Amino acid sequence: MGWYNKRLAKSIWVFHVSASPCNNCDIEILDLLTPKYDVERLGIKLVGSVRHADVLLVSGVINQKVAPMVKKIYEQAPKPIFVMGVGTCPSGGCCFNDSYNIVENREDVIPFDIYVPGCPPKPEAMIAGAAKLMEVLNG
Amino acid sequence: MIGLKLLLLLGFMLGTAVFGLIVGWVDRKVSARVQFRVGPPLLQNFNDFFKLMGKETILVKEGIHWLFIAAPLAAFSMLAVISTMIWVALILNQGFGGDLIVVMYLMMIYSVMIVIGGSSTGNVYSSIGAGREIKLLLGDELVFILVCLVPIIQTNYALQLDQIIAKQAENGMVIGSVSGTIAFILGLLCIQAKIAMPPFHIAEAETELVEGPLMEYSGPLLAFWKLNHHMMIVAYPLLLVLLFFGGFNLQGIGILWAVLKYLVIVVLMILIKNTNPRIRIDTALHFFWRIAAPLGLIAVILAVLGV
Ligand code: SF4
Repeated sequence: MGWYNKRLAKSIWVFHVSASPCNNCDIEILDLLTPKYDVERLGIKLVGSVRHADVLLVSGVINQKVAPMVKKIYEQAPKPIFVMGVGTCPSGGCCFNDSYNIVENREDVIPFDIYVPGCPPKPEAMIAGAAKLMEVLNG
Repeated sequence: MIGLKLLLLLGFMLGTAVFGLIVGWVDRKVSARVQFRVGPPLLQNFNDFFKLMGKETILVKEGIHWLFIAAPLAAFSMLAVISTMIWVALILNQGFGGDLIVVMYLMMIYSVMIVIGGSSTGNVYSSIGAGREIKLLLGDELVFILVCLVPIIQTNYALQLDQIIAKQAENGMVIGSVSGTIAFILGLLCIQAKIAMPPFHIAEAETELVEGPLMEYSGPLLAFWKLNHHMMIVAYPLLLVLLFFGGFNLQGIGILWAVLKYLVIVVLMILIKNTNPRIRIDTALHFFWRIAAPLGLIAVILAVLGV
């Protein structure tokens, strides 16, 4: 499927899943989609419906309330789907690490493929993350 | 004989699809340049299409599956027929009695297919989008029929696409007259509404209805909807070229004129798209019924008077 993966790498449509973040990462994601960074030149496009998505941008520590919803969103997405954890929250919990209401193991809720650290990460870092994903897809 | 015709249909269908994906790139690139961006690479739409072809198709449990699957394919075949008829009239100068009426009907049924596909899922957003599509169709259809009447009247009541071209070659283009100019401007806006390009992307409103009727589509079926959209950007402006600019002549310098005529319409549409925000559905109906329809009627009366 090398040929297909190359097509996929050139046309990544992202869907934004906000899983109890502090909201800063979401603002950075919106910055990523501004004309200044122009991710359309890489084929990246924000889509509004999860049925059209290729990559889920998940931000935030997943707390117990949103965990079922996040799981459902992942199941609703057409495969192949990739999950990018934006910010330190999905990978390390960041400042919410000892909270009483977060799920114990975030990878059980949604299988992350790639993490972009930073609190919040710069748009450049997210583009670098997407480039890593493209590298893997291109083989 | 039938084999040859099928080959012709297949050729024009594939040609329109490929051409449409490239024009879709022009659309995205010009929009990007208007916003001071670089824009996507040339083969972006092809990548999008092939990527969608390989993704999973999800059928909604409560939906009506056969309608959900049939709608984009039926819409695609309708556009294949429309574009073949227009190309055949433009290039081979052939047609059959009343083919303009068939084209008008098929263009309307395309919108009906969007409505059927959208409402077959049972999704609330899709249903709202389908409702809006019907309202927009009610708005632009009357104006579009009036617009099509003007070239018909000016070419001495010819209902055949190739006769409309032939008459214009004798008597000059329809757009040269006052009624033709009014009708052309209205026709441009109608086509914008039929393609669901901004400012008339009311049914697919990405920010509030998340693509409306297309919301539940995924994989190959979504790819067909996207392809349909690109094919419309080829077929509908060509219909305007045929009706108002007298088609084109593909010899020598004529090719340049042909490209120019088509590009003028497409660039005008892209500029209208980029300079206008989405209008509300009631504003659109108000525009089409209270402003555009009387203007269209005036154009028809002027055409009957021979102005
Ligand atoms: S990583 Fe930092 S900025 Fe992002 S959601 Fe977590 S706490 Fe907020």
